[in-house]
Amino acid sequence: MIFFLQEQIPLPNPPISSAPPVQVNAILTDINPIVNYLPILLLLIIAISFPVVALNISSFLRRTVFDQAKLSAYECGNDPVGDARERYSVRYYIIAMLFLIFDVETVFLFPWAIIYDQLAIFGLIEIFIFIGILIVGYYYAWRKGALEWV
Amino acid sequence: MYIYLLSAPIWFSKLPILKDYLDPMVLDYLVWPLVQIGLLLFVVLTLIAYLTLAERKISAWIQVRIGPNRVGPQGLLQPLADGIKLLIKEDLIPLKADKGIFIVAPIIAMVAALVSLAVIPWGAAWATISNIDVGLLFILAVSSFGVLGIILGGWASNSKYALLGALRSAAQMVSYEVPMGLALIGALMFTKTLALQDMVINQENLHIWNVLFQPLGFLIYLISGIAETNRAPFDLPEAESELVAGYHTEYSGFRFSLFFIAEYASMLIISAIAVTVFLGGWYLPGLSYILIPGSTLFVLASIGVFAFKTLVLLYVFFWLRWSLPRYRYDQLMELAWKWMIPASLANILLTATILVIAKEFGLIESQGNFLSISTAGYIFLIGTAFIITVPLTWIILGQINARSRDFNLREVEPLPMNRAKKNS
Repeated sequence: MIFFLQEQIPLPNPPISSAPPVQVNAILTDINPIVNYLPILLLLIIAISFPVVALNISSFLRRTVFDQAKLSAYECGNDPVGDARERYSVRYYIIAMLFLIFDVETVFLFPWAIIYDQLAIFGLIEIFIFIGILIVGYYYAWRKGALEWV
Repeated sequence: MYIYLLSAPIWFSKLPILKDYLDPMVLDYLVWPLVQIGLLLFVVLTLIAYLTLAERKISAWIQVRIGPNRVGPQGLLQPLADGIKLLIKEDLIPLKADKGIFIVAPIIAMVAALVSLAVIPWGAAWATISNIDVGLLFILAVSSFGVLGIILGGWASNSKYALLGALRSAAQMVSYEVPMGLALIGALMFTKTLALQDMVINQENLHIWNVLFQPLGFLIYLISGIAETNRAPFDLPEAESELVAGYHTEYSGFRFSLFFIAEYASMLIISAIAVTVFLGGWYLPGLSYILIPGSTLFVLASIGVFAFKTLVLLYVFFWLRWSLPRYRYDQLMELAWKWMIPASLANILLTATILVIAKEFGLIESQGNFLSISTAGYIFLIGTAFIITVPLTWIILGQINARSRDFNLREVEPLPMNRAKKNS
């Protein structure tokens, strides 16, 4: 597997090294690019702390008068009948399964699209086969009625 | 190897205290991002507050009403009043609710929406917080977490309306995520990168907005984006007439407003990605001739351009909400699975074929990280996109949906009995 990864696949058009300069601050350096994720981590921490802090502040400001009727689930003013977690339509499961297939397929298409212009005809034939296989499954699901909601 | 490093603008690193006491690494990766994040969150949260006012005002104007006009001049302080009201409202957690999940769910929804803001290129050079290589995938991955918040909230409420709303919402968001991702792929063939800032730079190098190469992709993305954020005409999860308020029926006070912030923030993100990928981001033709690229004034102008394009798209969201009636749920699902997904697949295949033809005729050349397109190539690519891709996809869609059920209340002859049997 490692040998496979190390193998250099020759591309039809090797990238030309003299690409025009881009405007972002591109500096030739050996810093690990993972540091680019540091600001995202900072934002994550701040984004989590914002609702927590706001909820705590609001707990000092609000008044709370609870009673039994107020704390029951809303059912248009009637007393709630039974538990909400009953069986629900099997359609949702089918949608979830179909989604899984198509979403994985989308993820496979992303790297293909990025180097598509270098793959050229090879990439075109490849993607026709790939999407062709998918369309067979899609057609099967359609004929089986998986896409019909009612 | 080139690594796109973050760096603070020069005027920031020359501020007196920072210059003397901090080493540049801490300045670039800690202090400056913190300033950016603080500014960004302030602007975005204020914007979200005012988007609620804008929505009420726009709906009022569309319906020939005045809209909120009591709090402050022209009702401009209304969001502030709403915020204070929500902060001091009672915080109810139903007795039968699953308390832990009930508390965590809105936080997940909001955090998922806010974290995506980090990688969006709000402007040229230093106006983006982080330009990671997998920017677009990062946004798609993080925004999928929003579904989690919604379905957990609906489940934990232990209320029938909330559960139904959550299920509908999850199925809808999951369905429309597929065409949304597929629609972006057409544009990726031209921009050749997933880093969002580089996408804008590539469009600047080509002197074009991707929407001209990908009109169909843009349309599919916009429709899926509206459905993805549960906005009208696809607002089935919170259809007032059937589900009260959908997944946040049981939420009150500030927890409710967290869901609200999450919805508006994801609207903002959908518009921002549409602007970045299809509408050229902060790139405006001719801007670099007026101002010096890279100067502070240029960056501020580019932020303005980005904000303007995003606000126009947000206006489209509001406009559609008050113009179109709500879909039925089966129509909604049919639109996703029988129209949007085949259309986006056809878009990918047709765009790929057209690109190869253009390449064989020498109209485009790949040069490292970007394409170079000749004048004839521009005419060919834009012409084929409008003349071939769009009509051909429309014909294909019409053909494959010719026998399907009534999508827009269209009259069809009743199905033969054996077909129903075959399907079951």
